[in-house]
Amino acid sequence: MKAGLAVALGIVAIAAAPFVASTYHVLLMLPFMAYAIVLLGLNLLFGYTGLVSFGHALFIALGAYTGAFLTTHAGIRSLEVILVTAAALGALVAIPVAALCVRYVKIYFGMLTRAFGMVFYTFVLKFYRLTGGDEGTPFLRPSLLGRSLEAMPKIDYLVGPYYYYSLAVLGLAALVMWRIVQSPFGLCLKTIRDNPVKAETLGIGVTRYRFVAFVISAIYAAIGGALLGPPTGNVDPTLAYWTHSGNIVFMTLLGGFTSFFGPVVGAFVFIYLQNWVMSIVPYWRLIFGAMLAVIVVFAPDGLLGLVTRRRPALAGRG
Amino acid sequence: MILRAEGLRKLYGEFCALDGVSLGVDAGEFVSIVGPNGAGKSTLINILTGVARPTAGSVRFKDREIGGAGPVRLARLGMARSFQLVQIFPDLTVLETLQAAVVARLGRATRLFASLARDREVDRGALEVAELFGLADKRHVRARALPQGDKKLLDVASAFALKPEIILLDEPTSGVSTADKTAIMDTLVTAAGRIGLRAIVQVEHDMDIVFAYSDRIIALHQGKVLADGPPATILSDQRVMDTVIGRRAATRRAPAC
Repeated sequence: MKAGLAVALGIVAIAAAPFVASTYHVLLMLPFMAYAIVLLGLNLLFGYTGLVSFGHALFIALGAYTGAFLTTHAGIRSLEVILVTAAALGALVAIPVAALCVRYVKIYFGMLTRAFGMVFYTFVLKFYRLTGGDEGTPFLRPSLLGRSLEAMPKIDYLVGPYYYYSLAVLGLAALVMWRIVQSPFGLCLKTIRDNPVKAETLGIGVTRYRFVAFVISAIYAAIGGALLGPPTGNVDPTLAYWTHSGNIVFMTLLGGFTSFFGPVVGAFVFIYLQNWVMSIVPYWRLIFGAMLAVIVVFAPDGLLGLVTRRRPALAGRG
Repeated sequence: MILRAEGLRKLYGEFCALDGVSLGVDAGEFVSIVGPNGAGKSTLINILTGVARPTAGSVRFKDREIGGAGPVRLARLGMARSFQLVQIFPDLTVLETLQAAVVARLGRATRLFASLARDREVDRGALEVAELFGLADKRHVRARALPQGDKKLLDVASAFALKPEIILLDEPTSGVSTADKTAIMDTLVTAAGRIGLRAIVQVEHDMDIVFAYSDRIIALHQGKVLADGPPATILSDQRVMDTVIGRRAATRRAPAC
């Protein structure tokens, strides 16, 4: 009940932000919502299946470049078409990647996913004609629900229609993911995370379930990646770089991978904290590195874990 | 015959773990496999449950060849197993653990968007097994927080929740106190009757448990079947007493069963 109230308050706060917060802060909400979608997917793999990917920037970049390519080269401006195409391409690329990666676990899985990420990074960097190389490709302003909104000033577009569009996509993505983790499939993923040997003796095909979880997480990453493009108006290869994959793992740890909304909280805190720290000192990675160490040692369940930590007396209740 | 192994041979490099082992398990039987360390018991149970593939020989379950079939396929065919070292899902509750088994049995594990909380059949199936094993009161307790005896029970209960036709138990009472052993075995045998289990095969070191519950005992030694018969016959077999059980057991009386 308390969790439901917190979620409702969170939605109201996000929806009210354009009316009460400065434009600057509202604009920061856009990458937050895009990353929140990415992390909902990533956590299906990380928190629910027990696989840590260091290559999901591949799928973020794939989604972003899909939007850039469609708007710049194919003349397609519909964000709905862009999101569906990004999701489909994300799934298509994830199928062979997942088929190979999910046969491995722990560091081997992490390194394999990173290897695929680096291959894609090199691809977008070197195939200049298609991707624009290190300069990237413009992501032209997409239309929303059939409305072009081309005449609207960019800031008005971003803090108005685009903001609520992103919120709606995030809401829908969260709802779908909630259904997945509460389903029999979600329970089977948790058995695999906890004890794959035991899961197999119950008739749960571990590799198959890991594969499906990977593909779903890639779809989420591609959709989130496509939503990252319009605010900046340009996508570049750094989106595919492995440090970007590291950042999203950091966000997940920061918020807490053991709870459904932990990664969403992680994305929010990361975006605003990064912005704040960067405005004070140029060495934001130094500060964030120290923070990561503190979180791993003192708050392994992340920030949300600190808030919702069960008392010993309640530990027995499911 | 529900389970039959013929001429099983298993080589690990030069080492011969099993050498021409043949055995059969009939419906209604409780069979115990005994033997000293290194006799090949674990190798045998791993081959019987499809985890390992024999170098030679065959294993047939319900007249199907299952050598190396893997635990997933065997679970679907109606064979369940438990391990010597307790295997649980530490962060799942007792109910969730049993639900996972029921979901797998009912073929609902691939349902991506169905609500588990609203699935009455899964809930009922899980609760039924929890009650059989005396775990209903602890259904909301995480597996990691259970006492060792209950962890062992949960491990076995989750195998029972598959409603298999045969179950293979690798030392079902290992790691639990002597006082808990009989309680676990009684629970297990009662539950087997209630769910209509057709046969039980166990690997067990505790000879009190073996003689008290088995219909038949198979004694292994150095990868070969040394003896195969009812408890009374095994007790009167001096070779088995010397090599497998030890002389202390020679004075034991077979239980009236």
